[in-house]
Amino acid sequence: MIKVSGLRKSFRGQPVLRGVDLEVPDGSITIIIGRSGGGKSVFLKHLLGLLHPDSGRIEVDGVDVTGLRGRALDEVRKRYGVVFQGGALFDSMTCQENVAFPLREKLRLTAAEIARRTDAALDQVGLAGVGDKYPEEVSGGMRKRVAIARALATEPEIVFFDEPTTGLDPVLVNTIHHLILDLHRRLRFTALMVSHEIPEIFEIADRVGMLHDGRILEVGPPATIQSSQNETVRQFIRGEPDTRA
Amino acid sequence: MTEPPIAPVLRPFEGLGRWVIAIVESLGRFGAFFVQALTAAVTPPFKLWPLMGRINYIGFRSLLIILLTGAFTGMVLGLQIFFTLSRFGSEAFLGPAVALTIIRELGPVLSALMVTGRAGSALTAELGIMRITEQIDALTVMALSPMRYLVAPSLLAGLITFPLMTALFDVIGIFGGYLVGVQLLGLSEGTYFGEMQNFVDMGDIMTGFWKSISFGILVTWVCTYKGFHVSRGAEGVAQATTQAVVLSSVLILVWDYFLGSVLP
Repeated sequence: MIKVSGLRKSFRGQPVLRGVDLEVPDGSITIIIGRSGGGKSVFLKHLLGLLHPDSGRIEVDGVDVTGLRGRALDEVRKRYGVVFQGGALFDSMTCQENVAFPLREKLRLTAAEIARRTDAALDQVGLAGVGDKYPEEVSGGMRKRVAIARALATEPEIVFFDEPTTGLDPVLVNTIHHLILDLHRRLRFTALMVSHEIPEIFEIADRVGMLHDGRILEVGPPATIQSSQNETVRQFIRGEPDTRA
Repeated sequence: MTEPPIAPVLRPFEGLGRWVIAIVESLGRFGAFFVQALTAAVTPPFKLWPLMGRINYIGFRSLLIILLTGAFTGMVLGLQIFFTLSRFGSEAFLGPAVALTIIRELGPVLSALMVTGRAGSALTAELGIMRITEQIDALTVMALSPMRYLVAPSLLAGLITFPLMTALFDVIGIFGGYLVGVQLLGLSEGTYFGEMQNFVDMGDIMTGFWKSISFGILVTWVCTYKGFHVSRGAEGVAQATTQAVVLSSVLILVWDYFLGSVLP
């Protein structure tokens, strides 16, 4: 389980996270929603150890990882898989090399085993046979799927998704969501996703949390969030215009 | 607790203080980056293929520009020095004059400036794009050190390729001087090379060697640092690339003067 308590972060005196509290149960898909600029990506970067909080605590399976640096932090990261917003594929490598890269560098595997697992990872995202193309030669949707294959190739326990469907058309959004759901059912990883694909995310989430103004306003099962009485949550879910913006 | 307001007369000093602190912090980050890169370069696991890739990128692909600039620098020196020396009836010293100028000064400096323009700028831009497209973050969260995979190979490649390219520049430059002085202006071949043997010693060659090694580290250090810390998208990449080339070029000239004063 990931447990976040009282997470605060300011940049040049400007508070972005004002005390985030959240629990991500093992084996669940937890999705954080919220308006652009609300601190979702900053929050995710704290969980990944790319940013360090001013105060607060992040625990992974009861271990406080907030103050970890260097090799100690890398040991925790070895349990992670991450799908970045733009895919973050290495553009000097083919799709196949991208997927093989963490297997080759992180695990002690034979060349044959790396090839087998790379093919399997590409196959399970429906990209068998396109591995020899470079990221710039494939479509946006395919790039996202390669990124998912790369993140899952090392069979991580926890997978973070940073807006994995941004910039895709509605059909591809649903395709990627159902791919994530299908992979989650098969591999049983703990997933934390940042997204603002409303209402699609309600179909795949076990829990949804609304991050607003640097705090988690409300968190719970999709049905609870969809019927929330909180005005800000309701406004976001319905996509009502903000007259103050 | 809020700080007491500063008297208007002291505000310029406050501004100066902030500026000095920012400079010191920036130098500290610059130094820490070098120590991290050096640590990654000398501790296992060593990444041979990224190093070979960087040697190809920084060294091999710069060969043509080094050959061209070396040849024409030597030819220009041959021409200018010949006419200067002929005023004093000392044309015989053309060989050592060309060789010493190239080996001690122009070889290391010009090849470093050329490689900065060709490979250093590309190095900064490549790392900058990797930063803004989160490829560096992707490496980090894979528990793989970007220093080990991206920065250390460039630093080592600079260390290896700069002296080799300088040596090549020196040889081509000396032959450029030979073409003009001997083949075009009629100086005897024996005089050109014979006097060179008399006046150029190992100390001169080592001066050029140490300069080229230090320029290799300096250029790759500046260019990788600037690329690694890019922010603000495409504009940030453009700005970092310009800063890397300008800063590297200025530091090459400043450091050249310093080493020229210190080395024998």
